[in-house]
Amino acid sequence: MLSRKNAFIKGLHDGIPIGLGYFAVAIAIGIAAHRAGMSIVQAGVMSFTNVTSAGEAAAVGLLAAGTTYLEMALTQLVINIRYLLMSCALSQKFPADMPLIHRFCVSFGVTDEIFAITAAKTGAVSPFYCYGAFAVAIPGWTIGTLVGAWVGSILPTAVVTALGVSLYGMFAAIVVPPAKENHVIAGSALAAMAMSFLLTVLPVLKNLSSGFRIIIVTVLVSAAAAFFFPLKDEDGKERST
Amino acid sequence: MSIWVCIFIMALVTYLIRMLPLVLIRRKIENRFLRSFLYYLPYITLSAMTFPAILTETTYIWSGAAALIVAVLLSLRKKSLITVALAASATVLVVEGVTNYIVNGAFF
Repeated sequence: MLSRKNAFIKGLHDGIPIGLGYFAVAIAIGIAAHRAGMSIVQAGVMSFTNVTSAGEAAAVGLLAAGTTYLEMALTQLVINIRYLLMSCALSQKFPADMPLIHRFCVSFGVTDEIFAITAAKTGAVSPFYCYGAFAVAIPGWTIGTLVGAWVGSILPTAVVTALGVSLYGMFAAIVVPPAKENHVIAGSALAAMAMSFLLTVLPVLKNLSSGFRIIIVTVLVSAAAAFFFPLKDEDGKERST
Repeated sequence: MSIWVCIFIMALVTYLIRMLPLVLIRRKIENRFLRSFLYYLPYITLSAMTFPAILTETTYIWSGAAALIVAVLLSLRKKSLITVALAASATVLVVEGVTNYIVNGAFF
């Protein structure tokens, strides 16, 4: 394992592309947050304390539509529950004798991308590697959000609408490549979209809030996929998203 | 409904999800169903969030649809996250500009 300083520097280095990507995507979050009624400071604090694109996008959507604290908590739970698996995988990556305080600190920044670079390392990983990546990625995410919330009110509506769609583009870029290789992922993704669509048009069901619609689709389709197409023993156990 | 309380709840729930397994579980998950469920989940959640929402986020349904098609095509070619995200935005801008021009005689 590298020394603390070297591990931190390596993490900084690997975190640069993540930070740049986050900056651009966070601008869309900032714009949406501001439109949903958040102040610039609130948008920045949300990004700094949450560091989760899908979770924040959903939260902003819920705020714009009107929501309850319970619905907000449940939505975050369901949308971010993938971090549970990532954290399980990461718990194996750190030295067994690592002080517990580092487990509490490393937890703060478990994102899809940070997980990906950490899980990809061979052997035990120093927590300082993660801190190095955090030091670039989290400011990139937070500053991007602040900039989005700040200029969002100045930008023309057409540009704001266009940038808001960039998040869905990001989701496609996460889902499509593995779906191309794995027919179960492809089929599940299509089933999820079909079910999500049905729940927005069918009588009565269309009155569900978007948060609960996502919860229902996610739980049902994931359970069906896991039941009919369980993973083989070692398949994808540390697959990043 | 206070926005500050919402932000606190979000941050707390998200942190607990990330922290609890790292602090509590040190063994590998062995249950096959649970492992499979969590493996497929992110793709399913993101898909459900994208469609049909992308169609109603934009001014016209077809500009959202065009953005989705472009995003999927570029993703099939394994373009980076940021490339796909910006291409989806550019598509919306172009399609809505052209539509406005046809309907109103002005791009925006």
